[in-house]
Amino acid sequence: MELILEQMPIVLPALNAGFIQTLKLFLVTLVGALPLGLVIAFGAMSRFKPLSLLTKLVIWIVRGTPLMIQLLIIYYFPGLVLDNPIWGSGEKGRFLAASVAFVFNYACYFAEIYRGGIQSVPIGQEEAGLVLGMTKTQIFFRVKLLQMIKRIVPPVSNEIITLVKDTSLSRIIALQEVIWAGQAFMKGTQGISGAIWPLFFTAVYYLIFSGVLTVLLGKLEQKLEYFR
Amino acid sequence: MSVLLEVEHIEKSFEETKVLKDVSFSLNEGEVVSIIGSSGSGKTTLLRCLNFLETPDEGVIKVANEVLLDMKNPATLKESEIRKKRLRFGLVFQSFNLFPQYTALENVMLAKELLAKEQPEYKLRKKEIQEEIKALSVKLLQQMGLSERMNNYPHQLSGGQCQRVAIARALALRPDILCFDEPTSALDPELTGEVLRVIKELADQNTTMIIVTHEMAFARDVANKVIFMDDGVIVEQGDPKEVFENPKEERTKQFLARYKQG
Repeated sequence: MELILEQMPIVLPALNAGFIQTLKLFLVTLVGALPLGLVIAFGAMSRFKPLSLLTKLVIWIVRGTPLMIQLLIIYYFPGLVLDNPIWGSGEKGRFLAASVAFVFNYACYFAEIYRGGIQSVPIGQEEAGLVLGMTKTQIFFRVKLLQMIKRIVPPVSNEIITLVKDTSLSRIIALQEVIWAGQAFMKGTQGISGAIWPLFFTAVYYLIFSGVLTVLLGKLEQKLEYFR
Repeated sequence: MSVLLEVEHIEKSFEETKVLKDVSFSLNEGEVVSIIGSSGSGKTTLLRCLNFLETPDEGVIKVANEVLLDMKNPATLKESEIRKKRLRFGLVFQSFNLFPQYTALENVMLAKELLAKEQPEYKLRKKEIQEEIKALSVKLLQQMGLSERMNNYPHQLSGGQCQRVAIARALALRPDILCFDEPTSALDPELTGEVLRVIKELADQNTTMIIVTHEMAFARDVANKVIFMDDGVIVEQGDPKEVFENPKEERTKQFLARYKQG
């Protein structure tokens, strides 16, 4: 215990720095995947068969394979197989590759949630809008959108909480996120080596972060409870 | 009294099933027609054709001598025009279809506001127009006996109240013809009275209406004309008293007899 307290001033800043990288990946994924998911959802629902089939195939592959493998392929394939290291070197390159993998993976999950949300709004809502002389666009934005959002907030919240922890998968391509930072003290860095507790301690970061998000997303859900 | 609506030779099939077969009728301004018949007889599909929610395979629909739809004339089928033509008709659904995220008042105002925004003078007189729409909507809800309920959301209202909001919402656009698709079928029995009462009031004010209903006493009481449909055809139409008391067709007799037995 004494040792931990002694090492704390060195370990915490390192973990904080790692957590910043975790947070960055988390935010980039959300900002990219939330809208991209809508595009993919519309693709999957398209009446143009080739497009909807292709989109569904992509969704199947992305959701049917581990994110970890997607990360490895996206990061290493261009450089090692195609001899064209498009991601560049160092932490910047790793972050770029991880961002692409995460955005694409999560967009596919969001797309399926959106699709369910869009299709769950009863047809009567659209028909009521039509007989009142509204355009399809007006019906989407003024009638259906909020009902959709209400339906998708719980499952999207679930994905967001999962994403908090999934960011740790980027450790596999050595992105210097919080787990990587904790592990560094096992191998030895800044005069500390063979310490396992910093790695265990990273769990606290995830726990606090997901706790904060749970409260915020719960508030959003509550805000939409004024109608049924 | 002038003829307001003329429906001529409407045919409609879904896949292989013929749902409407050569349906023709007309309706005078200020009159009410009740359409009765068992489930699956094509009543609802007919209303949906009038409101352009379904496109018939054949036939003509005219309102005030203007051809709104003629399946032989492609010029009448343009998507952009259909939106305006729909406004000739109002439709009250069996399941209300109120917008859940809006209050009763907002439900009534929404479509009217969106239409007003398309008018060139909207930007100049925005406040004024919005006030007008609000005043009209409030008046309609009062007329429906909902003065106390205007700011409630649909889930806070009873079925009968919801249906009265839906009627106000349809009336706000001042349709030439207001259609009702089994307006009381989704209601608890004790709530049908309040909805039928407002429809009766509208009839007394000479609102032109088409009412599809299973409430036989009401159909007879409110209508100037009754249409009995069976298996996609109009079997019999005429004066309510005649149709209910002296039906000429065997199928009408059987249908009415079944209703009397309960």
